[in-house]
Amino acid sequence: MAGSTTTLDGAAAGTTPRRRRNYARQYWWFVVPCGAVVLGTIVFPWVFTLYMSLHDYHLGGGQTFAGLDNYRKLIADERFLFSIIRTLYFTALAVVIPMVLGLLAALAFHRKFPMRGLARTVFILPMMATPVAVALVWTMMFHPQLGVLNWLLQQVGLPPSLWVYSPDTVIPTLVMVEVWHWTPLVMLILLGGLASLPVDPYEAAKIDGATPVQAFWHITLPLLAPFLVVALIIRTIDALKAFDTIYVITQGGPGTASETINIFLYLQAFAYYNLGYASAVVVVFFAIIILLAMVLLWTRARVRNA
Amino acid sequence: MRKLKRFAWNISFGFGVLMLVAPAISVFLWMLSLSLKTELDNTDFPPVFIPNPPVLDNFIAVFERNDFVKYAINSVIVSFTATGLAILFGVPAGYGIAKMRATNAAVVILIARITPGLSYLIPLFLLFQWIGLTGTLAPIIVTHLVITVPIVVWIMIGFFEGLPAELEEAALVDGATIWQAFRHVAMPLARPGITVATILAFIFSWNNFIFAMVLAGRETRTLPVAVNNMLTFEQISWGPLSAAALLVTAPVLLLTLLAQKQIVAGLTAGGVKGG
Repeated sequence: MAGSTTTLDGAAAGTTPRRRRNYARQYWWFVVPCGAVVLGTIVFPWVFTLYMSLHDYHLGGGQTFAGLDNYRKLIADERFLFSIIRTLYFTALAVVIPMVLGLLAALAFHRKFPMRGLARTVFILPMMATPVAVALVWTMMFHPQLGVLNWLLQQVGLPPSLWVYSPDTVIPTLVMVEVWHWTPLVMLILLGGLASLPVDPYEAAKIDGATPVQAFWHITLPLLAPFLVVALIIRTIDALKAFDTIYVITQGGPGTASETINIFLYLQAFAYYNLGYASAVVVVFFAIIILLAMVLLWTRARVRNA
Repeated sequence: MRKLKRFAWNISFGFGVLMLVAPAISVFLWMLSLSLKTELDNTDFPPVFIPNPPVLDNFIAVFERNDFVKYAINSVIVSFTATGLAILFGVPAGYGIAKMRATNAAVVILIARITPGLSYLIPLFLLFQWIGLTGTLAPIIVTHLVITVPIVVWIMIGFFEGLPAELEEAALVDGATIWQAFRHVAMPLARPGITVATILAFIFSWNNFIFAMVLAGRETRTLPVAVNNMLTFEQISWGPLSAAALLVTAPVLLLTLLAQKQIVAGLTAGGVKGG
């Protein structure tokens, strides 16, 4: 993602500014049809959601202007505030663990070993699989009496767990599914990063007698930093947005113990049909995502400058 | 001594790789095992791992009930149409954006990638009610464009930016229009990119659950929605449930195995993901 326009800068340098401007106008026609689609399916919903969030809307009952009432109600809604805390808890775990495991996996797959291609393909299968389908299998594995996971715990001498059936363990359990699901994406981004690293520093370090561990800490990690930040941003956004597996496995339960912002939003919109209120949730949720993304982009800028 | 150390390192490295790969594959193997066993074996504790003998009853049951074939056809129609339209609109757009270096347009695509899929649904849900399209596949196809178009545009921007500009410029100097330069010079060169974009858009459209769950009626469900409904209504029948889950995800898994090189290339470049 970073610096992707640089190739074009060089290539276009030969053309005169005037000619380029002439063409530029014509190139708009390539974008117009797609722009119309994006306008209709993506931009229109954004604008309409903002509008809706300022109205009291009930299905079939019409709408009345409500000003900021929805937002006032939202700030005072304990159920919503708790859903934010749960989302942040879920996100923190579902970012840190895949980042660590993804880095380890990328380092492993960067080395040559027999059957590497096959192992890598198997490793990325979870992220390509249909979330609903794998969520169903996880649900069966979590069964407290008949599930295969409790049998596994028993084999290694651990007490059985209630997994998603207890408010205390439900979020870590859902994080486990999320880690299984999305660590491959982190791995792929970092693998791409590792492949692009220069060889010279490693040769120099080898001559200077550095151990592989030292080379990792002082060469690989700093050079990989931009890719780590990209992976971190993508993972954070995806973890905040996690919906399919949580919905299929727990639907926010038991009680509201795994009700993240996204699940709360879904229930408000399509179970209770409070569409105006749900639109306000969308706006706040979006603001939270943008805020976290900005913080991470700011870290990225700092990493670059350092 | 050194040889021994090296051997120990190789063993532990191999073990490490195994620990990374084992969870990934075992969930799928367990899915397969559940789908091939009788209900009696599936609810046995300690669990039966190898189906003995494997039975196809669960798969037969899936096809006999629940209009599975109809939902499969729905899924095929939705994913193919949404992917086709995204290629039709997205490839030229990616080209235009790359040529103009229109960063603002790229930012819109990026924000679309950030926005939770659910947040598109409230406005579009109301819109489709007003137009009266509910009960057809059209709303589901349109919402799937929310996933497929950004994927295609994003991948194609990257691809077209990576192409050398000299060939197109030569064509333009020879009197070709920019459309001809795109159609006959740039697009053939970008074919690998189009392949990657098609595969990824298709997979993430196929896998999508939330849009069809909200918008689909009884007749217009896609496979993920149909399978989820099976869970809600038939909590205990693990065999048919696993068989259905396996049938839903098998096409994507096969596609991943066949096109793993393209998929890895596309995902590494863009970090795309749908919904």
